[in-house]
This record gives sequence, structure tokens and C-alpha cells, in this order.
Amino acid sequence: MNRKTLFWVVAAALLVLLPPLVLALKQPYYIDLVRRIMILAIAAISLNLILGYGGLVSFGHAAYIGIGAYAVGILAFYGVGSGWAHFAMAIGASALVALAIGAVSIRTSGIYFIMITLAFTQMLYYLGISIAEFGGDDGMRIKARSRFPLVDLGDPVAAYYAALVLMLLSALLVSRIVNSRFGLALRACKSNDARARAIGFSPYPVRLIAFVISGALCGLSGALYANHTNYITPSLMSWLQSGELMFMVILGGMGTAAGPVLGTFALLLAEEVLKGFTQYWQVILGPLLVLSVIFFRRGLAGMFSRHE
Amino acid sequence: MNWALVFEQLLNGLQYGVTLFLMAAGLTLVFGIMNLVNLAHGSLYMVGAYLAVAATQWTGSYVAGLFLGIGGTLVIGMLVEVVALRTLYERDHLDQVLATFGLILFFNELVAILWGRAALFASGPSWLAGHVDLFTGSRYPLYRLVIIGVGLAVAIALWYVVARTRLGMLIRAGASNRTMVAALGTNIRLLYTVVFGFGAALAGLAGILAGPIYNVQPGMGELILIQVFVVIVIGGIGSIRGALVGAIIVGVVDTLGRAFLKPLLGTLISLPAAESAGPALASMLIYLLMAVVLAVKPAGIFGSRA
Repeated sequence: MNRKTLFWVVAAALLVLLPPLVLALKQPYYIDLVRRIMILAIAAISLNLILGYGGLVSFGHAAYIGIGAYAVGILAFYGVGSGWAHFAMAIGASALVALAIGAVSIRTSGIYFIMITLAFTQMLYYLGISIAEFGGDDGMRIKARSRFPLVDLGDPVAAYYAALVLMLLSALLVSRIVNSRFGLALRACKSNDARARAIGFSPYPVRLIAFVISGALCGLSGALYANHTNYITPSLMSWLQSGELMFMVILGGMGTAAGPVLGTFALLLAEEVLKGFTQYWQVILGPLLVLSVIFFRRGLAGMFSRHE
Repeated sequence: MNWALVFEQLLNGLQYGVTLFLMAAGLTLVFGIMNLVNLAHGSLYMVGAYLAVAATQWTGSYVAGLFLGIGGTLVIGMLVEVVALRTLYERDHLDQVLATFGLILFFNELVAILWGRAALFASGPSWLAGHVDLFTGSRYPLYRLVIIGVGLAVAIALWYVVARTRLGMLIRAGASNRTMVAALGTNIRLLYTVVFGFGAALAGLAGILAGPIYNVQPGMGELILIQVFVVIVIGGIGSIRGALVGAIIVGVVDTLGRAFLKPLLGTLISLPAAESAGPALASMLIYLLMAVVLAVKPAGIFGSRA
């Protein structure tokens, strides 16, 4: 077994064993915490597809968490309870919005791309704030969680395992994509745009398709998040959330399969520890992040493998 | 429509526009010269506002507060450049975005520790509290007119410094070829620190002027920062002229949109629909404007590089 497979087997085994362990210790809080981390890890995995493998620095990825969450919230608001409908809507709507945002943004590059993706997400954020019917600034309670046969997302442990399975499947999906012919094209566009053109394919549609897949996958994470908190607010789409997602990917090591998962766990667990320490935890986290950017360039996954 | 009201809102838009310009000028200078994306520029705006409020309370004089606020922001900006940002000039934009994101968390929380999370009350000087009679017959706050005047004066001074002085010549030379300027005997590191401090002081000034109009609270910098991004993307990143034009366009469009979109929509569609669509559309207006500008000119109005 090579090191990468070993990592996934050990990680999956630990996460499978966690709920019975913490329930035996009477600490059910940790099930909620780790479930939240795994849901956000799906978002980080989706961002890694375009950021790590595609070189597209999207500073607005939280938009799709928001759209996925609002899709669930709005359908439930109008009395639709079917989980299939919720999740199909979350993924479909995120893909459509990603298509619209991507079509404009990918025409630009570099710093323009960063700022445009940020601005579009900000636009959706203000849209969420100004629609009073769905709670506006205060957010909205979800009338009923997504209903699936066999799995009850209201049950903490069942929802935990659902999130775990979907996280592992997302990681598998992204790794299949980047190792396919399409993934090779995407990585070629990242490393040398001009050469990719010279070989005979146009980078624009390749990047756009990756952007849409990434948005759709992030929409899935949003739908899960809505079921996790049972409450949605526009702050899911805030630019701080987008920044955190970027940090998860970078901290873990971008362009690696394990990176986003490691990074999400590291960042959110660090936040959790600091929160227990002081209510002003961000005053410590901020400089830590600056230091990690300056000195810790390869990310956590870089420590496990010698070659990228 | 009431034209006196339109004129008053145009002035409000201009006032907001010059505030945006004071921010955008520093951000675009730092990007154009050092090739640095500084998200923490909004934090310097916030720091300026807080320092001025604290210094005004301490000295009892608005003018002393103003100068201490600007000077304090200048020093803090230079300190941040020397301690953290200097190592990031050679890095890609992603690293710069992340590191300055970390700085934002730090500054917001530091301010919350020192002054609390609640909004502070900042007042303008009593001698600027009056109103001016406009030719349209309505009265307009003197303080806002003074902001417009200060902003335009800074724009002219900035143009003079960059285009006509020796310092400006070095700045422009440093932007086009860093190694060459250093080889000719200029301390380029010091020059960068000075430019960064200069941009920080302008952001601080914007925060101080905006304090009495908007809230002084942690996180105030981010609200304006994202609009400033829209400004420099529309104007063309790196161009001061673009920053001025973009800032005034964004300031006026945003202000007029918030004031008139709802009644205007009300004449077209049913009133309840306009009631909910108006504010939503108004807050999205500048982002739509940006998308249109980029679709036509991907490098912005005055931009040279995409």
C-alpha cells in the first residue's frame, strides 16, 4: 500500500470510529464539530479543483455554499420536503450560477480574477441581505430538513456518516477528474497557457467546465451545511468565509488530494482551541495565518510526501 | 421628480466618491508600484478612524485628532510594511491575499479589544456643523462639502507629486524597473516603505473623514474595501486617474441607485414588488456596472495590462 492510500484508509478509519468513542465518553459535541468540519472540507475539496489544479484563484467560493444552503431553505419554505429535490436544486443552481460568474470572470486573469469573483459573491451576499421574505440580514430557520429514505439527517450520528461518505466520495471524484484527460488539460492550462494553446486546445472552456463542476460540488456542501445548522444566513456567503476556504486549501497543500481535508481540519480545530482560550481568538489566528503564508509554503500535505 | 433632491443626492454621491478615491489611490499605487495586493488597506481606514476619535477625546481638539490620526496611520502602515508585507513582494498574488487576510483578522480583533465591539460615536468639528444654502433652494451640510473639497485637493496634490517632483519620478521609475533604480543608487526598500506609508495615511484620512458620517466599528474597513476593489477594477488597476474616475462613477451610481431606484421601479412595476426589488437591485448595481465595464474593456477604463 502506498503512502497516499494509507493516509485515506487511516483517516477514514479514525473518522468512522469517532462517534461511538465520543458517545461512550459522553461528549456528543465533537460529533457536531467534526461533522461541520467534514461538510466544509467538501467545499475546500471543490475549491482545490480550480485553485490547486486549475490555478484559478477564486475569492468568492462561499457563494456556492450560500446558494446550496438557500436552495434547501427556499424549497423547504415552499413546503417541498424531498431530499432529492433539495440536493438536485442545490447542485443545479450552484452550477448555473458558477456558469454565469465563470463565463465573465474567466475572461480575465490574475488580480482581476481575484477581485471579480470576490465582487460577484459580494453581490449575492447583498441579495441575500435584501430579500426580506427569506429572512434578510437575520437569516431564516429551515422549516424541515431534507427527507431521504433510510437516512435521517436530523439524527446527529446518521448525518455525521452521511457527511463522511460524501466527503470521501468528493475527494475521490476530484482525484478521478484531475487524473482524467480533462484533468490533464486543466493542469496544462495552469502551468503554461501558451503551450496549451499550441498543443491545440483552448483554455477557456476547460477552465469554465472545471469552474462549474467546482461550484456544483460546493453547492452540495452548502445543502449539507443547511441541514447541519438548520438555519441559513447571508453570512454563509460573506467574504470572510471565502477567505477561510482559501486558507483551508493552502494550509493543507493545494493541488494535492489530501490537502483540503487536512487543511480544513487543521484550521477549524485551531480555531476551536483558540476559542476555548480567549474570545479574542482572531487576534492570535491572524498572525498565525500570516506566518504560515510566509514560512510554511508547501502545506501540511507537503510534509507527508517528498515530491509534489 | 424633484430636481433639487437629485442635485443633493449627486453631491452625496460625489462625497462618497471622493472618500472611495482616497482609499483607491493608496491601493492602486501600492499595486502599481510594488505589485502587492493589500486586503488590509481597509484595516488602515479603520485604524485611522479609531485613532482620530481617541486622539480627539484625549486632546480635546479636532484638528489635533485629525493630524494624530493621519500620523498614527502612517506609522502603523510603515510598521506593517517592514514587519510583514516586505517579504511578500516577490510572492504571487495568492500569498499576498492570504497574508493580508490574516492581518485583517488581527486588526479587527485588536480594535475590538481596545475599544469594544460596539460602534463609537465620532463627531465632526463644531465649526463645520452648519449648512450651506444651495442655489436650488435646499440646504446642504457643510461637512460633506468640505470632504468633497479635501478629496479633490488630495487628487490634485497626488497628481503633482507623482508627475512633477523628484520623489514622483523615483516612484514611477521604481514601478517600471526596480533593479535599475536600485543600481542607480536609490534605496528602493526605503522608497517602498515610504510609498506604503503614504497610501496608509490616505486610507487613514478617508477613515477619519468618513467617521462622523458612517459608523466607527470593527469591520468598517471591509465594507468599503470591496467597493474600492470595484473602483480600481473599473478604473484600471495601477492608474491614479482611473481611481479618480472610477471612484466618482461608483460613488454617484451607488448613491443615486439607493435613493431613486425604488421610486423609479415603482412607476414601472407594482409598488410591493418595487419595495423588495429596489433595495436588492440598488446594492447590486455597482457590481453589475463592473461586469459591464469588464465585458467591454477587460483591463478597466484606464488600464494598460489585463
